[in-house]
Amino acid sequence: MSSTTNPSTQHTSTIGAIGAPSRRNTELALLVFAVVIPVFAYANVGLAINDEMPTGLLSYGIGLGLMAGVGHLAVRKFAPYADPLMLPLATLLNGIGLVAIWRLDQSKRLQAHSTFVEAAPRQLMYSALGVGLFVAVVFFLKDHRVLQRYTYISMAGALVLLLLPLVPGIGHDNFGAKIWIKIPGLGTLQPGEFAKIVLAVFFAGYLMVKRDALALASRRFMGLYLPRGRDLGPIIVVWIISILILVFETDLGTSLLFFGMFVIMLYVATERTSWIVFGLLMSAVGAVGVASFEPHIQTRVQAWLDPMHEFELSRAGVQDGILHSEQAMQALWAFGSGGTLGTGWGQGNSDLIGFAANSDFILATFGEELGLAGVMALLLLYALIVERGVRTSLAARDPFGKLLAIGLSGAFALQVFVVAGGVMGLIPLTGMTMPFLAYGGSSVIANWALIGILLRISDTARRPAPAPATNPDVEMTQVVRP
Amino acid sequence: MSELTLTVMRLGFLAVLWLFVIVAVQVIRSDLFGTRVTQRGSRRDAGRAQQAAARQAPPPQRQQSGGGRRGRNTPTKLVVTEGTLTGTTVALQGQTITLGRAHDSTIVLDDDYASSRHARIYPDRDGQWIVEDLGSTNGTYLDRTRLTTPTPISLGAPIRIGKTVIELRK
Repeated sequence: MSSTTNPSTQHTSTIGAIGAPSRRNTELALLVFAVVIPVFAYANVGLAINDEMPTGLLSYGIGLGLMAGVGHLAVRKFAPYADPLMLPLATLLNGIGLVAIWRLDQSKRLQAHSTFVEAAPRQLMYSALGVGLFVAVVFFLKDHRVLQRYTYISMAGALVLLLLPLVPGIGHDNFGAKIWIKIPGLGTLQPGEFAKIVLAVFFAGYLMVKRDALALASRRFMGLYLPRGRDLGPIIVVWIISILILVFETDLGTSLLFFGMFVIMLYVATERTSWIVFGLLMSAVGAVGVASFEPHIQTRVQAWLDPMHEFELSRAGVQDGILHSEQAMQALWAFGSGGTLGTGWGQGNSDLIGFAANSDFILATFGEELGLAGVMALLLLYALIVERGVRTSLAARDPFGKLLAIGLSGAFALQVFVVAGGVMGLIPLTGMTMPFLAYGGSSVIANWALIGILLRISDTARRPAPAPATNPDVEMTQVVRP
Repeated sequence: MSELTLTVMRLGFLAVLWLFVIVAVQVIRSDLFGTRVTQRGSRRDAGRAQQAAARQAPPPQRQQSGGGRRGRNTPTKLVVTEGTLTGTTVALQGQTITLGRAHDSTIVLDDDYASSRHARIYPDRDGQWIVEDLGSTNGTYLDRTRLTTPTPISLGAPIRIGKTVIELRK
């Protein structure tokens, strides 16, 4: 700390290094808060639906508290200088998501559904697995720069993960989008969620090496730096892969997520706005091009442009070989009937959405029962996670860590945007899940791992430099006199 | 359950959720770290800070300086007196100060004549501050002489790097 100024000059400024405190106790306090809020919501749902305190309140509270406690102890032990906010934010979102899933489990309408299974206990188990993976990441990944060694292995791994759903036999087609794989005896898995993290590692390692070539060798044209033709190679390759995902897996969300993440990292690595312009142009061309011949995407676009028409087609039972969905309209109604303050936990009718009410459309439940005020708060919680990720990236001292942190938080932000935008009718609906909130094992596990990596980078970034009391050169240089 | 209780719980939950968001933002606000640059625009502020520094700064600085081995002429700050960074000060607390155009330098020089890792200033075992040229292209000058070896700095002696001049002060 420095409080000295130079009085002789007019514009004086002081530069002083501030030792970052570890702030683990702040994290603990926030974690307690983040466990209490979902328990409150849980009690609220029970009181509203069954007129009594839910019987599972204690076990549920203890479960969430244990997860938070284990996560906190792991961070305290293995990453003491990590960011104090990310763990509480993720815990809170996970806890509120569990409450919403449990609340939809209580719905009589959904229970009458033929495919109904109690989702909340499973999601609690998945969350525990996710926290387990989080602890494993914090424990085993002592230094995020180790990941740099696996740049090209990550590329291969990500491609395998992305292509797995297309392999006949293990690929699993679920209502149009082929983004699942089936593991016999274990259930289904969405490899795209994990590919997100692996791909961020590859992009970070690749761009760190190539960024100078991509940034400096360019011509200036109309205020934009145009890259050379051969430097366009990587962006075109990633673009083609994301188009292939769009065509063969018919999933707009995954495709948009990967391409968007690459463009964000390319922009951060090179500081060239032209990449953003190119990226937007290419994704627009790709999306429009594919939508012109792929029927599944066309339905999604139709449902986006005119959800009411699609709703009526579905109600009328029109059979024209296309799966018409009434959900897009129902989600909008749910948001509308929620109003500003919502109907209160357990008192909405978002369970009318039926299938996927607790996964893709879970935001509609929040929109109806917590209203605009609640959804804004949730989006702010997501924004805070992303902000901490970007802050980590700014503070990181090595370029690989910077790029990895910005890639992971960018992917997280894009995923929230794609899902929330889809459910609210801003963009065509995609088959992705709201991180932490929605029901889905792959998503919650992968996102806990993502938070683990971000915490590791932030621990490295915020760790104070070792005490520079004595200069090593002075110690090592010894004068030998004959 | 009565309507009133549920309404209270509904609004209470939203309030608690927003309270969490606000607390989180407060944590961010108090969690700014890294290098802190304080701009002191007006003279009145500078004067007040100067008084405050005169009242408070010396005793702790003395205590920090390691068992009183340093003499009375120990510099406590490094001041940039010429160049684009004029007026910048860095407190000397036993750390090595690197100068250059590289982004991770303590003082990042925006100067065409500076190398990316130009020079460094560090205390030796006795607390004497030393300046060392790190093989820069255009050299580091102490007074008028170009440095070839690590050289002790006396108080107020100008160290010149390109267009930037820095000196150590008490």
